[in-house]
Amino acid sequence: MSDYAIKVEGLSKQYRIGRKLRYHMLRDDLHMAAVRLLDGLRVTRNASPKRKDLRDATRVWALKDVSFEIAPGSSIGIIGSNGAGKTTLLKIMAHITAPTQGRVRLRGRVGSLLEVGTGFHPELTGRENIYLNGAILGMRKQEIDRKFDEIVAFSEIEQYLDTPVKFYSSGMGVRLAFSVAAHLDPEILLLDEVLAVGDVNFQKKSLNKMGDVVRGGRTVLFVSHNLAAVKSLCQSAIYLEHGEVKYIGDVDSAIEAYLSVGELQSVQKVEIKANEKKSAQIMTVSVLDRTGAAAMRIAHDQPFSLSIQMVVREITPQFFPTIHILDSEFVPVISSSHFISAEESGLHSYSPGTYSFIVDIPGPLLAPGNYRISVNLTQKTRKNNWTFDRVEHVCPFEIYDNGSLLARYGLKWTGKLSLPLEWTCTKE
Amino acid sequence: MNNLINPTSSQSELPEIVLEPPHGWLDLRLRQLWFYRELLYFFIWRDLKVRYKQTVLGATWAILQPVLTMIVFSIVFGKLANIKPPDGIPYPVFSYAALLPWQLFSGALANASSSLVINQSLVTKVYFPRILLPLASVLSGLVDFGIAFIVLLGLMIYYHITPTWAVLFLPLFILLALATALAVSLWLSAFNVKYRDFKYMIPFLLQFWMYATPIAYPSTLIPEKWRLVFGLNPMAGVVGGFRWALLGMKAEVAPLLILAVIIVVILLTSGLIYFQRMEQTFADVI
Repeated sequence: MSDYAIKVEGLSKQYRIGRKLRYHMLRDDLHMAAVRLLDGLRVTRNASPKRKDLRDATRVWALKDVSFEIAPGSSIGIIGSNGAGKTTLLKIMAHITAPTQGRVRLRGRVGSLLEVGTGFHPELTGRENIYLNGAILGMRKQEIDRKFDEIVAFSEIEQYLDTPVKFYSSGMGVRLAFSVAAHLDPEILLLDEVLAVGDVNFQKKSLNKMGDVVRGGRTVLFVSHNLAAVKSLCQSAIYLEHGEVKYIGDVDSAIEAYLSVGELQSVQKVEIKANEKKSAQIMTVSVLDRTGAAAMRIAHDQPFSLSIQMVVREITPQFFPTIHILDSEFVPVISSSHFISAEESGLHSYSPGTYSFIVDIPGPLLAPGNYRISVNLTQKTRKNNWTFDRVEHVCPFEIYDNGSLLARYGLKWTGKLSLPLEWTCTKE
Repeated sequence: MNNLINPTSSQSELPEIVLEPPHGWLDLRLRQLWFYRELLYFFIWRDLKVRYKQTVLGATWAILQPVLTMIVFSIVFGKLANIKPPDGIPYPVFSYAALLPWQLFSGALANASSSLVINQSLVTKVYFPRILLPLASVLSGLVDFGIAFIVLLGLMIYYHITPTWAVLFLPLFILLALATALAVSLWLSAFNVKYRDFKYMIPFLLQFWMYATPIAYPSTLIPEKWRLVFGLNPMAGVVGGFRWALLGMKAEVAPLLILAVIIVVILLTSGLIYFQRMEQTFADVI
């Protein structure tokens, strides 16, 4: 295929690991230079291979020899677990960071949206921020002038247009930011996790808008943890694992490939590898039946519980764990955070240590069907919430019909809940 | 690879961008800079908007800073140390004419050197030529300069100083000050990304540089044999040029101004090379 919009050839990216190694201190480097100078005087050159080994040990490949081609006008999802290299891939394509090896060829203007509201300035008004943000995202002033009214209408913040953004609620800020971004008009659009913004109505609107973009013949690359969104927006997907392409093809097969590996497989209890870089991390997730045993099949009328273990390595202010129960289409059926109960007791941060949470789920609640669990650790910052650890789509379990009336009459379940509702019947 | 949608034929006529590992020495991509000129304008516009949002404080500060420094200098150096500027120029206007370009330079340097770190959310999330950030910081200093310049005009009227034809050279000296600020800022801003403790050295560097520049004193106070060495400091050239262009002080023009210009050109070129080599890694390190 010679006609492509994006062509990635043998792309690799190497990173240094360790958060504390990220920026240097001049005094450290000066110190090291002095030490090296002294070493050089004392030791012969034989010592250098050893040092090279040491250097390699602190480097990791975030992407390894990734190659693919994307046809113009297609929309491709990029899926994979945390740290699979999804964002790195997008950042290279967005020209933000350079590859270590290989190359990317892009045909056409590239717009990237790695974050909603990049470059928003709190002191500036909504109107001023539309121009600033638009220019940062690569729009020309003329183009912004032309689309201005459309952007404002989409954001639903007309009456606050001349108010500094610092007085906006976080929802308003996000809506405005998304509206600017949604009116970006490049041939190639790179999107990272931008759909999870605003309230449910606005999310729906955003998703529709993205759908329009996709159908508008643009080439879209979409990185997301939200498999439901990937499924609805993309025809095909790339599944990345440990920096390598594991699958390229139609979206359903890619998701299937992703869900059938390792920790996402049918295991009752997932254990996540410790990552010392994270200040707090989810370590295990499991589904327990009412006797407290790990289970994969639960009767619809029985209570069950989720068990989560979290380790806190250093004090991280104002964060909270959240669980989501997702249906077979990866749409959350119910979500719950420990945040709510923590606020009531006045507890704002967890001291370092290991914590166990049990989330009791009453029965009957969920309708028979297949479900999975996602767990997030989210930090509440002044402006928005930031999820810094997530375990997704794990612990598949089945809720089975345990002799409901519906089943007895041979009827099918509709809806996601089996919570019995009270009926009152009176004859007039 | 699945090809699910019919390729559109126009695609092959689109410009192709190739992203590769960094290589090569100097590829200034001036055409790209031209393409991003509007964003440069918006960065300057943002800096000014934010700075002058509280209009009274913004504009006042641009005047207060050099005026207060001039008053302190006039008392300490003019009265106490009894420094007499040559050609009978009163000390306040003598020092103010030098403080003006110095404040332009030091303000630009201070803002530009931290511009990458301050805008780190942009650097890690969007692509644009990174040089726009220090460049915008340097250029936005011109507005403060313009405001403070009005005070100088007032001082010149007050002391009955009429500029000579040399005033026509003033824009060149302003340009030299901006070029010096940009050259040094390119080095410092990239350094600031790499070394997080570097920022503590910048105020000291600026203070040191200020005393090495004849601002509080006339360059004629410098012993003859050292004057050439002092002249290598581009800011000494700028300050001397300002005094010559505005106050007609011929003796203040650095003897080998062309050397200072050459030094700025070298600093600017090397700064561009260094900045460009670092540019690709900013997002990984910042």
